[in-house]
Amino acid sequence: MAGDNQLILEKVCKQYGRDIVAVENFTQSFDASSYVCLLGPSGCGKTTTLRMIAGHETVSSGDITLDGVSICKLPPAKRGTAMMFQSYALFPHLTVRDNVAFSLKMKKVDKAERHRKADELLDMVDMQGFADRLPEQLSGGQQQRVALARALITEPAILLLDEPLSALDPFLRIRMRSELARLQKKLGITFIHVTHSQDEALALADTIVLMNDARIEQSGSPHQVFNAPQTEFVARFMGGHNVLDMEGNKFALRTDKTRVLPAAAGTQQNTSWQQHKTGIVSYVEYLGRSVELTVSGDDFADVTASLTDEEFNLAPCQPGDSVGIGWNENDLHALS
Amino acid sequence: MKTLKGWLLASPLVVILFCFLLLPVIAIFVVSFWGATEYSYYPAFLFDNYAYLLTSSVTLSVYLKTLMFTVITWALCLLIGFTVAYFLAFHVRTLPMQIALFLVCTVPFWTSNIIRMISWIPFLGRNGIANNTLLDMGVIEEPLEWLLFSEFAVVLAFVHLFTLFMIVPIFNSMMRLDRSLIEAARDAGASGWQILVNVIVPLTKPGIMIGSIFVVTLVMGDFITVRFMSGGQSASVGRIISNEIGLLQYPAASASAVVLLLTVLLMISIMLRFVDIRKEL
Repeated sequence: MAGDNQLILEKVCKQYGRDIVAVENFTQSFDASSYVCLLGPSGCGKTTTLRMIAGHETVSSGDITLDGVSICKLPPAKRGTAMMFQSYALFPHLTVRDNVAFSLKMKKVDKAERHRKADELLDMVDMQGFADRLPEQLSGGQQQRVALARALITEPAILLLDEPLSALDPFLRIRMRSELARLQKKLGITFIHVTHSQDEALALADTIVLMNDARIEQSGSPHQVFNAPQTEFVARFMGGHNVLDMEGNKFALRTDKTRVLPAAAGTQQNTSWQQHKTGIVSYVEYLGRSVELTVSGDDFADVTASLTDEEFNLAPCQPGDSVGIGWNENDLHALS
Repeated sequence: MKTLKGWLLASPLVVILFCFLLLPVIAIFVVSFWGATEYSYYPAFLFDNYAYLLTSSVTLSVYLKTLMFTVITWALCLLIGFTVAYFLAFHVRTLPMQIALFLVCTVPFWTSNIIRMISWIPFLGRNGIANNTLLDMGVIEEPLEWLLFSEFAVVLAFVHLFTLFMIVPIFNSMMRLDRSLIEAARDAGASGWQILVNVIVPLTKPGIMIGSIFVVTLVMGDFITVRFMSGGQSASVGRIISNEIGLLQYPAASASAVVLLLTVLLMISIMLRFVDIRKEL
């Protein structure tokens, strides 16, 4: 390939009217051939960012470059991007094959050639047997594959996926998730995937860009974002963390690194962790592989401890029991 | 028990349709076989009315004329209606504005058909506004005679009266169209024209067809517009029926009505073969 297909967004802003800011100063470089997840709560600007990259939304200020060339002013089809829409946006009046071949028809590729290419793409997404059906005759997962084939037929450098898995049931979601990952590795193009599910982002992404309130809150590898949250928002949004307030400073502590022991055992100093607080168990939640205890105290906000079921069974406790909670100092992450 | 309840629930509609649609049509059908003299008519089972109607050369030419009005009116209504609906649905961005402009389209319907037709007369007449303006501008030397009381005027009035019937269903179809489909088409590199031809028109076909049915049935059955706007110089199927009623020739009028009804039903069934409008209902 000629270029390295690196996509760079430089101080991109999107404003509606005078005072509604949808995206503010979004600066991020997207490495070629990487799987990037734009993650954040609804209304944080992640979809707007995606649509600006796709060209379905104008950029208020800032620049978007691909291979060092500004693509800000180009129409969607000339950018080297292709978009897969949230509800798939398949043309209801066209067969699966014609849906996939649509962009070739627009380019006036002759019928035999475009059907051959469409069949090839349908083959790739395992939909070869459905070419003559209409979208309404397909299940959600099948429609998604067709939408994927339709986006990929333009041979984009970057595939933009707008919450591609949110319309599927949980079972199918996990299956399609692994298929997306496999497809991205196979094609070697950049996938930019918008999602509000942190599980999805952790499972798929090479890079997570976590957004909140029109801004990037933190970006980095899933490991970085999960294990070293920089702000309280990141810690809370990624889940699995307690946010502790100690002398005015905030710290994140993973719930599975939060220890609980019966108050009767007294303060223990022998192991690698120390007891810091005592409180009352207010809630016990059994989750199969683990058990989550919520501990309330007078002088701190609720703390959750995630124990393996083995750990829990060694020293079971019930709501109302008095317990001590502790942690290893090294597991605390200071938040800004 | 359940079926009885269902029938009871449906009965008000059944009764209304039976009394006000089915019975009158049956009555017309029965009377169309009756006999008539110059001053009376009597129950019978004769084919005289149909024989006269179907062998008369006037019938064919009047039907052709009516069809011509229908086709021209339909084409113009479709062109204008589609354009207006497209503008309202895709170029007007805010819903309040769309609703406001849509209501503006319905303003002509606040007055009756007759008044709207008559209001053309001072505009199109020999010394009307149109002719005077053109004369003053020096575009023409003498007043245009074909502006009023002509086939031109008939078509003009039809289009004026019936375009809204085309706008409403097409606008409705367009508003239901998922906007992400248009984005998907643009993402695939379709130009504005390609989007129109490949996405918007196919997906608004049901609306176009419903509008077409309105316009075709209204024009085929019209008698008053043709009489007013042609100044009595043009014939239509509706006028034949109206004249026969005026002469108290009810059996002949009934036969004409039955033939017209069958013709229109045939036309609609042909149109429905092309598009499944059930999706829209």
